[in-house]
Amino acid sequence: MKRQRFTPLDLLKVKEPRDQAVSDAETEASTETFAELEPCLRDRNGQASALIELLNRAQELYGHLSKPLLAHLASELVLPLSSVYGTASFYHLFRFQAPAAHQLVVCTGTACHVKGADRLLAVLEGDGGAGLELSRVRCLGTCGGAPLVVVDGVVWTHQNAASLQQGLGGLPR
Amino acid sequence: MSGPGATAVPAQARLCSAAGCRACGSEAIRSHLETSLAERGLAGRLRLRRVGCLGPCGAGPLLALDPGGARQGSVIFGGVTRADADSLVEALAAVRLDSWEPQAAQRFDQLHPFFRLQRRIVLENCGRIDPESIDEAIAAGAYVQLKRAVASSSPEAVIERIRRSGLRGRGGAGYPTGLKWQSVAGRPGPEKVVVCNADEGDPGAFMDRTVLEGDPHRVLEGMAIAAYAVGARLGFIYIRAEYELAIAHLRRAIEQASGRDLLGDVAIELRVGAGAYVCGEETALLHSIEGGRGTPRPRPPYPAEHGLWGRPTLINNVETFANVVPILREGADWFAAIGTPTSAGTKVFSLTGHVRLAGVLEVPMGTPLATVVEQMGGGAPGGVPIKAVQTGGPSGGCVPAKHLDTPVDYESLKELGTIMGSGGMVVLDATTDMVDLAAFFMGFCREESCGKCVPCRAGTVQLHDLLRKHLERRATAADLEQLESLCHMVADTSLCGLGQSAPRPVLSALRHFRGDFLALLQPKASAVP
Repeated sequence: MKRQRFTPLDLLKVKEPRDQAVSDAETEASTETFAELEPCLRDRNGQASALIELLNRAQELYGHLSKPLLAHLASELVLPLSSVYGTASFYHLFRFQAPAAHQLVVCTGTACHVKGADRLLAVLEGDGGAGLELSRVRCLGTCGGAPLVVVDGVVWTHQNAASLQQGLGGLPR
Repeated sequence: MSGPGATAVPAQARLCSAAGCRACGSEAIRSHLETSLAERGLAGRLRLRRVGCLGPCGAGPLLALDPGGARQGSVIFGGVTRADADSLVEALAAVRLDSWEPQAAQRFDQLHPFFRLQRRIVLENCGRIDPESIDEAIAAGAYVQLKRAVASSSPEAVIERIRRSGLRGRGGAGYPTGLKWQSVAGRPGPEKVVVCNADEGDPGAFMDRTVLEGDPHRVLEGMAIAAYAVGARLGFIYIRAEYELAIAHLRRAIEQASGRDLLGDVAIELRVGAGAYVCGEETALLHSIEGGRGTPRPRPPYPAEHGLWGRPTLINNVETFANVVPILREGADWFAAIGTPTSAGTKVFSLTGHVRLAGVLEVPMGTPLATVVEQMGGGAPGGVPIKAVQTGGPSGGCVPAKHLDTPVDYESLKELGTIMGSGGMVVLDATTDMVDLAAFFMGFCREESCGKCVPCRAGTVQLHDLLRKHLERRATAADLEQLESLCHMVADTSLCGLGQSAPRPVLSALRHFRGDFLALLQPKASAVP
């Protein structure tokens, strides 16, 4: 490799909280190793500023952020568990429970709102939504297809109550 | 052969691969077309290319057909189906591509007002190059200006050109970009940072996503030029996690550009958010890059003096950085001559809501709103009259139909009680209930308030409840009075931009559509407590 990999803290010589008090997470660290996270941790030199990146990666790998996982990250980054949890709980996209079989996200952004997102929500909050995990997002930025829902990662554009019900009927339960 | 390129250039089909068209199934059509062309041995006669946003996203999936040879005149087709792709292949086989008319798809030629009235500077390469190919970006001129600036201009000279161009921040506030660069450059010390704010959170706004998906190298080059000008060696792009494709394109672009040493000695890192609207506010954004909770802090000190890890930090929006390259290439005077005297250049807008042609467009500053909404967007579908146009998202307000002749520039919109914002433009037809819309935005701010300061944390909840009370027809004249005074209190006393501007949609609706509120009030005698 010709180029040296910069990490922000190398360049800015930022002090890490490493040599401060021992993390209160250490006592809680579980026996799980979370080996899949290792490459990402190594890549970031265990810097505390990479916390959100690591949380994103961890959720991608494990589906949600479990308590042992948060404790593991706290001990790896030498941060108090409280600040790891504090950061994780601040952001809407992090989840602390395992996901259900089907994920359904209704966009409630401005364009979807004025084009009837609430009628889609009414379907889902009624019988149509049984067995689905329903959440909302404030705009995916693809407003040309408004109103839209995201079903297991696939965007369904220009929905109405009937088309949504029909589509949901086709999902394996 | 009569001349170079006369017959050598094959016809090409450019397929939009941006998130809007992907959501309508563009990728399946592209791969179907690719397979069919290969099967019929026609791959050499039609160059199939994957490009960024072509514009009218609401009519996706979009396909642009360039006739090839010396002939001019591309045609864009919207709502392309699998059957259309098949008929395209048939037409190509029968050598009558020129007269191909798809069954299902909608045809737009370049004389359609949506295209004709645009002036594409930021988006000049968007829809023309493959955003995943650095070679195509380089062929379109990427990284020439950076190289030239570093080789032959002093940092001061670069800043002076940006200052003279009159470029103002495209994130919404409109702060002069040259001045911002100057104040960061003027700070002592070598450890400075450049940050690109790509946390485009306003619902209904997707200009920055379009730029990042369609021409990521343009933004990287602008950042690298800014880093050279202010004396930084490190850059961060903070992008919202919802923009998966833009993230993928940016990651790839950063790898390609740094792999070829095109960014000079500037290292650019990508930081992905995790869903928090307030992180679009600059001090909250910095806290998030540092790995913490995205809460804002009071300013001053501004990030220019005390930013990431205390270092002087330059923060600009995606579109601001995307304007840097054309300014250096064509000159400050050229740029200053576009638009209006106080708002130079163009602005990219995302047009959505009750409008025939929803999508992304770029027009000179000062273009009347009516031109954008009625001529380019075709007005509201079904001939329903337009009631208002909402700009600036949850921090903005609306422009009522009678003021649609207002030119789009920072000052004119401010006078009407709204803001330019980052460029989201949501068209509202006569069926829209303005109180409901105000409640929608307040509900958004209530959810997104970070909770650090009381006026915003508690005020947005009270304001939302008061608006609900109106919608449920339980409100009295006293409630309306309280709503209005609380709006001013929250706006005046909140810590950051989120709280300060949260009441603006309500105040704007009250200013222009007070009747909508009054119609919901309880008569005094029968008021419900």
